[in-house]
Amino acid sequence: MSLILTEEQEMLQDAAHGFLDENAPVAAFREIRDSKNPDGFSRDLWHEMAAMGWAGIIVDEEFGGSGFGYVGAGVLAEQMGRNLTASPFFSTSVLGATAVQRYGTAKQKDQNLGAICDGTALFALAVDEGPRHRPEHIEFSAKSHGNGYILSGSKTFVADGHVANKLIIAARTSGEAHDPSGITLFLVDADAAAIERTHTPMIDSRNAANIKVDGLEVTGDDILGEVDGGYEALEGILSAGRAVLGAEMSGSSQRAFAITTDYLKEREQFGQKIGSFQGLQHRAAHLATEIEMTKSAVLKSLQLLDDDFESASATCSMAKAKSGMTAQLSTQEAIQMHGGIGVTDEYDVGLYFKRVHVAQQMFGDAGFHADRLAKRSGY
Amino acid sequence: MSDLEQFRAETRAWLAENCPEEMRDGDITAENQCWGGRQWEFQSDAQKRWFEAALEKGYTVPTWPKEYGGAGLTADQAKILTEERDRINARKPLSNFGISMLGPALLAYGTHEQKLQHLGGIARGQIRWCQGYSEPGAGSDLASLKTKCEDKGDHWLINGQKIWTSNADISDWIFCLVRTDFDAPKHKGITFILIDMASEGISVKPIILISGHSPFCETFFDDVKVPKAYGEGNLSVVGEVNRGWDVAKNLLVHERGMLGTMSPLRGSKGPENLGGYAAEEIGLDLTGRLDDPALRQKIAQAEIDDWAYTLTVERMNDEANAGNGLGAKSSMLKYAASELTKKGSELRMDIGGTDAATIGPDGIEYDSLANTWLYNRAYSILGGTTEVQLNIISKRVLELPSA
Repeated sequence: MSLILTEEQEMLQDAAHGFLDENAPVAAFREIRDSKNPDGFSRDLWHEMAAMGWAGIIVDEEFGGSGFGYVGAGVLAEQMGRNLTASPFFSTSVLGATAVQRYGTAKQKDQNLGAICDGTALFALAVDEGPRHRPEHIEFSAKSHGNGYILSGSKTFVADGHVANKLIIAARTSGEAHDPSGITLFLVDADAAAIERTHTPMIDSRNAANIKVDGLEVTGDDILGEVDGGYEALEGILSAGRAVLGAEMSGSSQRAFAITTDYLKEREQFGQKIGSFQGLQHRAAHLATEIEMTKSAVLKSLQLLDDDFESASATCSMAKAKSGMTAQLSTQEAIQMHGGIGVTDEYDVGLYFKRVHVAQQMFGDAGFHADRLAKRSGY
Repeated sequence: MSDLEQFRAETRAWLAENCPEEMRDGDITAENQCWGGRQWEFQSDAQKRWFEAALEKGYTVPTWPKEYGGAGLTADQAKILTEERDRINARKPLSNFGISMLGPALLAYGTHEQKLQHLGGIARGQIRWCQGYSEPGAGSDLASLKTKCEDKGDHWLINGQKIWTSNADISDWIFCLVRTDFDAPKHKGITFILIDMASEGISVKPIILISGHSPFCETFFDDVKVPKAYGEGNLSVVGEVNRGWDVAKNLLVHERGMLGTMSPLRGSKGPENLGGYAAEEIGLDLTGRLDDPALRQKIAQAEIDDWAYTLTVERMNDEANAGNGLGAKSSMLKYAASELTKKGSELRMDIGGTDAATIGPDGIEYDSLANTWLYNRAYSILGGTTEVQLNIISKRVLELPSA
């Protein structure tokens, strides 16, 4: 397979580029932030996206999706990253759709995939229990009770958890807190009485929730994937999420860099354009190189998810690590090269800087993934 | 079956039949690759058989036209050949500067007669070429070169000195940049010329590097007479007189492309798997991690960067095949590859600690990590320094303003 987009994927990219530039530019994101919109995104925009088939981008056509796969999802995420478009796309259309489509029962698929595609159901994944991503560290308990389970525990940083109708919760059905085996995924209604959600606004002006569950009764029908074997499914969902976050960060890196190079060509100091200074040129050239490397890493991970999903985990880790480092560098340099205006709220580069920071933390930063890869390679 | 699938099946069968087992070690270091040339002696019977089989098929230079010794493969076919060769880990049957650097420039700028003689000689492994570009006073600022080339009617007369001519002592011909006009602006008085190293007046002196070894030479031209033509239409000058800079620029892009496609972190001599080597030398802690967390982090980081780099080579090749040429982006590959190459040998030296810093009774051994480590410092200097690449990216890719 060639490491470039197909004609169809390019058309999707062009369409997304045009639509988002027009309907969801950074100014729109800024407006949502400044108006203290409690959702943190525009529901109208989300319904338009759903109408264009974006909500069901990875969902197979037989369930009402557009069947574009993960490359398609990455193409959209990259364009959203360019514009800092806030939407439930990531939590619902990538995490939720992956969870249900790959690990759900026939009944779960029937009940949920259609609602994902038409934009009516919003999903959120509840995995982390502390400030750093440690997916195998699960204390949230699921105790066997009659034919079902009783869920109790807390989750942090559940992205879009404040608006979700459905929660996917990673819980422990057996084993110790650090044990990858003994984890089970549950798909539950988010508005159950036993679930308490605390809205946690984040520095990137996106939203998440802390979740506390106190004795929620569920049945075997609510299990997603295998009992005690949920870690494998969790890994799959996280891998898809990591690759798509990589695509989003790649888009943010590219746009922050483009804004910066435009500025280098226009700003004058000491009687000349600051872009003529070699001290800045070499840093810009280095960053441009890193951005090209990142594009390749991200596309490869997305292609592998489509081609051989089960084997994509390490590749998605690499893509997340590479894109995270590049995005941090790109947004740090964007601020520095803009000088004083770079640290003002009025300029967009700071918004990119903040979004990239949270995306880096989500599902493991570059250090987390380097550690994982080293361990996997036996060192 | 599509034509390409058919081609893949045929290629796979051909490789299975013709590539000897011993040539399937994927090893393409300077020491064991097949360079060709008048002084060439095959290192093994397998190497000879592999070369001859490839030659017969036109696969020493697969994409060159058939009349010049190639197989005339399309870009898609060539990619399949490379993939199939990599699949069985086969070496390249022949590799040298003629194939990677001069050939592409001749294909673009040469006359039919020049191509017939020189491309044919390269394809058949008969002539080994070296490059005469840099001079003691013309390094990064290559266009300030001063080697003098005077028009003497029926011949050119050349005086001057070249430096960093890799393997000049064992090469047969040299492609050279010389100054034919001292009055013109510096880029406009340079000519690209082909010279037989056996010509009277050429002398070569090896340069000893910090490793104690010497892949490079100084080459001196002392009243060297070069015929205007080596035969009907077969001129010694490539392209137009005083327009050699155009040819050189084209060729530098190929040089960067060539340097860029080497696998930087693993391709360098020494243990390929850095993490495994480190685990063996240093040991693991109780959690199964390398018992040196800071070094571990550096290795993992370099492996991620190396992986992204090799994918970028693949992606840019695919883009070029789809009609989006690499252009000045080749400088990105050269930059990243040379920095990663250095990084790989730095890490091997760090892993090896004082063992790796110990030398033999006669100095630094040729096949030691230390020799590679020292040699690799040159990667970000030769073929355009890292700083020159960054300048090119700034100006030609990003179009940042000039001072």
